[in-house]
Amino acid sequence: MNALAIKAYDLRRDVVDIIMAGGGGHIGGDMSSMEIMLTLYSRMNVAPDRQKDPDRDRFVLSKGHCVETLYAVLADKGFLDLEEVKAKFSRFGSEYIGHPHNTLPGIEMNSGSLGHGLSVSVGMALAGRMDQRRYRVYTLMGDGELAEGSVWEGAMAAGHYKLDTLCAVIDRNRLQISGSTEDVMAHHDLHARFASFDWHVIDVKDGNDVEQLNAAFDEAEAVKGKPSVVIANTVKGKGASIMENKASWHHHLPTPEEYGIICRELQERKEALCRE
Amino acid sequence: MNKIPNRAVMCEVLKEAAARDRNLVVLCSDSRGSASLTSFAEAFPAQFVEVGIAEQNLVSIAAGLASCGKRAFAASPASFITTRSYEQCKVDCAYSNTNVKLIGISGGVSYGALGMTHHSAQDIAAMSAIPGMRVYLPSDRHQTRKLFECLVRDEGTAYIRLGRNPVEDVYEENAVPFEMDRATVLSEGTDVLLVGCGEMVKPVQEAVGLLREQGLSAGALDMYCVKPLDREGLLKAAEGKKLVVTVEEHAPYGGLGAMVAQVISACDPKRVINLALPDTPVITGTSREVFEYYGLTGEGIAKTVLRAWKE
Repeated sequence: MNALAIKAYDLRRDVVDIIMAGGGGHIGGDMSSMEIMLTLYSRMNVAPDRQKDPDRDRFVLSKGHCVETLYAVLADKGFLDLEEVKAKFSRFGSEYIGHPHNTLPGIEMNSGSLGHGLSVSVGMALAGRMDQRRYRVYTLMGDGELAEGSVWEGAMAAGHYKLDTLCAVIDRNRLQISGSTEDVMAHHDLHARFASFDWHVIDVKDGNDVEQLNAAFDEAEAVKGKPSVVIANTVKGKGASIMENKASWHHHLPTPEEYGIICRELQERKEALCRE
Repeated sequence: MNKIPNRAVMCEVLKEAAARDRNLVVLCSDSRGSASLTSFAEAFPAQFVEVGIAEQNLVSIAAGLASCGKRAFAASPASFITTRSYEQCKVDCAYSNTNVKLIGISGGVSYGALGMTHHSAQDIAAMSAIPGMRVYLPSDRHQTRKLFECLVRDEGTAYIRLGRNPVEDVYEENAVPFEMDRATVLSEGTDVLLVGCGEMVKPVQEAVGLLREQGLSAGALDMYCVKPLDREGLLKAAEGKKLVVTVEEHAPYGGLGAMVAQVISACDPKRVINLALPDTPVITGTSREVFEYYGLTGEGIAKTVLRAWKE
């Protein structure tokens, strides 16, 4: 079994611990986006010892509220110290706040206000083109976030400038804080929407499957003359039955009892993967 | 009569800088003409980015470029780049600490009869309230050159408001007193202090002369650096004066007047009068007509000062 798929469950446990230590976090989206961020960071040309390398790949977490997963992944990559994150997350005076901040190692841009990451990434990709560098730029957006009009300004510019080094990823978990994305503000056919902006669109049937995600990012890298978007169909709260596909877990602090249930199920699923 | 608007001078400085610095980039939102940046786009196509009529995108793309080492100058009408893109200015520029210069063109009531949609009478208040955002309103073409010669070299974000129309020279071409983030002393005086910024500096300068004819000695400051406000320069100039009068092309709340009053009331309490646009959509007219109607001319300022002085 893919080691990354197994690691995703270890890091989910880290995320839950970070949230418990800090007294809150966006656990539902953290869980749905785990494999996306983990897979990206397994591919991206980034390393803690060359954070200013002009040729490094860039990642912008546009759905900044899923910072707990980013912290866990950055700790796994050696950018952050997990124990320090757990000790300080959301605490008074802490640099580990509830959204990404670029004074921390490995974080390129501040986010949290939705609908910014794609346009910022367009700027990063344009800079790469100006400097004739081949780094890739990734941004992860939530599906609820796509209701922000600025997303479509960025989509228009990326298509117009044929930014093939840019790859957007949509964590398509179909839930936002108030309920189903389609009930709150319907997206209809996201594939067709992005395609109409001159994007190469890749649908990933299971956005929590590392192999499917890797295949999608391979495909995106091979596309020339267009930006790519990976629509990753994920499960909100992925990892434990009590939180899966439940909008109420968008931002929910597990009770001690729920914490125990989640940890047990994460362990069981990890062991099941190990046996495959 | 000067016929060169400040925005045209900005373009010249940006072209000079772009020739020696390939990391200097200019972005427009279908605004290259109104920003006087058409010749920049023609001369440096590889350092120019057109984003179309999308001001939020303009600012975020500029921040993305800046995060990769570019010196980004994003130009769009002041009314739109400040309030429509406010969150992008706050998060992507100031909070993320990117080197983006936000150029608000046709600032204040430059667009005259086009109405409130096109007026930027809130920009000083809005941008000054963002931590880390500097706010500059140069007065004439010569000061605009000096300011931009500094801005093309520095590393932080800033908002710069420029007017649309040519303004009369405040300074002489080869003798422009300028120090970054220090107010320029226009005149020394003993009775009152006038403080202006942007297009209001010329009328302030005229008012000083008119007041002198009436026997009143007025000191005057060009507070082009509204933020960081030159507190030291302000307090020094205000020392011994009985009255401080601020003049700005801005709403009456949260602008230069409010900031000057904050400093004066805390450090050297005395009467402060704020001359500004009213808290209503301004009357229809050219900017000249608007200034005259609201008393924002040399004569209007002098009249208000004299009345207050006699009270």
